[in-house]
This record gives sequence, structure tokens and C-alpha cells, in this order.
Amino acid sequence: MTLGEIASKLSLTAQTARGKLDTEVTGGYASDLLSCVMAKARKGNVWVTLQAHLNIVAVAALLELAGIIVTEGASLDPATLQKADEEGIPILTTPCTTFAVVAMLAQLGIRGGDWPLASQE
Amino acid sequence: MVTDSQEGKATTAARQPLEVTKLQELVYELKIEQAMTKKVITASPDDTLRHLKDVLRINRISGTPVLLGEELVGIISIEDVIKALALGEMDARVGAKMTTNVQTLFADETIMQAVNMFGRFGFGRLPVVTRDGKLVGILTQGDIARGLLRQLEIDYHEEEIHRYRASHIFEDIASDQTGLVLRYNVRARDFSHCGEAASKLKRALERLGAKPAVVRRIAVASYEAETNLVIHATNGGQLTAEVQPERIRIVVVDAGPGIPDVEEAMQAGYSTAPDWIRELGFGAGMGLSNIKACADEMHLDSKVGVGTRLQIVIRL
Repeated sequence: MTLGEIASKLSLTAQTARGKLDTEVTGGYASDLLSCVMAKARKGNVWVTLQAHLNIVAVAALLELAGIIVTEGASLDPATLQKADEEGIPILTTPCTTFAVVAMLAQLGIRGGDWPLASQE
Repeated sequence: MVTDSQEGKATTAARQPLEVTKLQELVYELKIEQAMTKKVITASPDDTLRHLKDVLRINRISGTPVLLGEELVGIISIEDVIKALALGEMDARVGAKMTTNVQTLFADETIMQAVNMFGRFGFGRLPVVTRDGKLVGILTQGDIARGLLRQLEIDYHEEEIHRYRASHIFEDIASDQTGLVLRYNVRARDFSHCGEAASKLKRALERLGAKPAVVRRIAVASYEAETNLVIHATNGGQLTAEVQPERIRIVVVDAGPGIPDVEEAMQAGYSTAPDWIRELGFGAGMGLSNIKACADEMHLDSKVGVGTRLQIVIRL
């Protein structure tokens, strides 16, 4: 399933990199702690978080994530939006909670990744 | 037909967020003079349609601009020739049968202008003139398609060249041991630039042709090390990557405050981060254990009041 299809099924608002919504999503990960995301999110995953800080873009770019879903209507500052557009990282926003978003993703068949990290790729 | 499909597009655009593809971007960037055919076959108003028919056939074109001396006075196409043939008027002059009200494009306009013109009027070709009216080329829809494809290929090729040059460094430069040193200065508490050293290093390694899975491990390890400098190091520090054909060695140094108990710091989840740093999403206490998980070798030396030196080696 592509990020664009997820966006339309979950009524998410695409804030950045709208040209990159056709990326195939390989799975999902949810956390607000960046080091946990660094350790466990995999390439092509969609990341669900309520963090809206600039550094979510850096983390997503380094891990080559499909995109970020920012929950609970957290407001994104212009620097975050600009950086995400530059890096081609789609940020999707929703008023829903992280739990609700993950539940909906699971219903769409999006799975969580496996631990440990060694199986990454 | 044209109107229908354009309306169809407009409704889709209203429902879905606007997608700007690379091709759409190019339509706005590419100049008409970059896509047009410069060698223009022209006709004179005094030519007969019989002669024009041969010119079109021999050159395999379907129309030409009409020039009187240097001046563009009209445009004539194969349709005019067919009409004349039906009416038995093949000896008539081009000047009498041409379209005189000629729509033109300026050489320095973007392809977008041309796309609009073709869409609006349905012409097969448009003469291209300079701002002072001199004919310099002709543009068909085929020229636009070719121009866009060529530009896409150039853009792709440029990145390929960057990659090629970088990935052959180790073969092209002979020594007993060739290494490439990349040094990044990291400022303390500069959260808005945190992650830049790691992403620059990642891009460099991609260009050097390192395997994607290894590059991601290096990216994770260097990001965590960079973050530690931003959060903890009194005056920031330096991240130095030494790339060799077989392995990368990353050395991260700072001048304090130093880690009191290295063993404790290595435990997953152990964190000294204050609340304000946790609120930014940092301080999970996973940094050092993430680095260890990614590295093939890791050495951490630290002395309180002196500084910390982290060295990791990852095989490429």
C-alpha cells in the first residue's frame, strides 16, 4: 500500500513532499523518542509520532522512511516543513491520537517491523 | 476532446493534493530555445504550392514558416496544400494561401508557455522568434517531448557522473593505503542542525558506492554520536570519518564534561538527559547502545573534566 492510499483512507493532510506519496510502505513504527526510532524503524516504514520538531526530518531522511504521521494536531514550524520538502520526506498530519492511527494502520494491514536490528534491509 | 481531458484533470487536482513531479518541474524550467529545432526550413511567398509540396515531402515536415527576406510574414501547412490540390490550385503562390496572423513563441519563454499555446490553439507547430522578431527556430509537440526527455537524461547523467567519479577514487588514486578523511564540526545545543553531519556523511558514502545496508548502519551510529555532542558536550566537538576501501573508522571527540561511569552509560535506557531535552524527543538513553549495535568495533574512553573519545569501525 502506498503512503498516498494510507493518507486518503485515514484522512491525513499531506503537509510536505506531496510528490512522494506514491512510495510503497513496508511497515510501521510508533515512538516519540528519536533514539528508539533510530534503533527500530526500518527503511520504507511509516513513522507515527507526536513530535513535530525539526529533527524528525533528519531521522526520517537517515533511515529512508516512507513518511511521518504527526498526531494530535501538533503544529509544525516553518523550518520543519521546509526541511522536509528539501529532503523529500512526506509529513502527514491528523487530529487523531497515535494509538488511534496505529490501530487504523493495523486494520489496513500495515505491520510492525521485527527486532533485532540485524535483520534490517 | 482536449477540453474534456483538461476538465477531468482539474477535478482530480481538487480532490487530491497537488503533485509536482520532476517532469512538471522541468516544464517550468526548460526554455523553448533548448527544445526547439534550430534549422528551420522556410518558404517564400513567391513559391508555388507545387514547389512547397516537394519541400514538405523531401524534408518530411508538415508545414513551414513563410519569410519575406528576414521578416516572418506567414505560416503554411500540408493542409493548405491538400486544399489546393482538391481545388486544382497547385500553381497558386504560397503568399496567397498562407495564414498571415501567425502565433509565435519567444525563445526565452519556458516550455510551459508553449504547452499552453498548443493546448489553446491545437497548432501542429509554432515559429520561435527573438524579442526583436527574428525567426530562430520552430517548435512542435514532438520537440517538447524530446527536449524534456533529453533534460531528464542530463539530470540523471550528472548524478551518475558524481557517483562514478567518487566511487572510483580508490582505484584511480594509487598508494599503499588510500583513505578519505571527512571532518564535521558539531556545535553544542544546536538542535536545529543536529543530524546534518550524519546526513552529509551518508550522502558521501552513497556517492562512494557503499552498500545501502551498511550506509544505514553508519548513518544511525553517526547520528547518535552527533546527537551526543549536541546534547552533552560542553563546547560541542568533532566527528571525523576516515574512509578506506574495506572499512570506515569514525572518531568522535569532545573536550568535556566526560562520562563518570562508562559501563553504566553503555546500558540501554540509562539516561542523564534533563526534561527539556526529553521533550524534544532526545534522551532515550539508547544512544550508545544503538551505536554498539551498528558498529563492528567500538571503543569509548572518557575522563571527567577532560573529555570523551569514541571510536567505531564498520566494515564496508
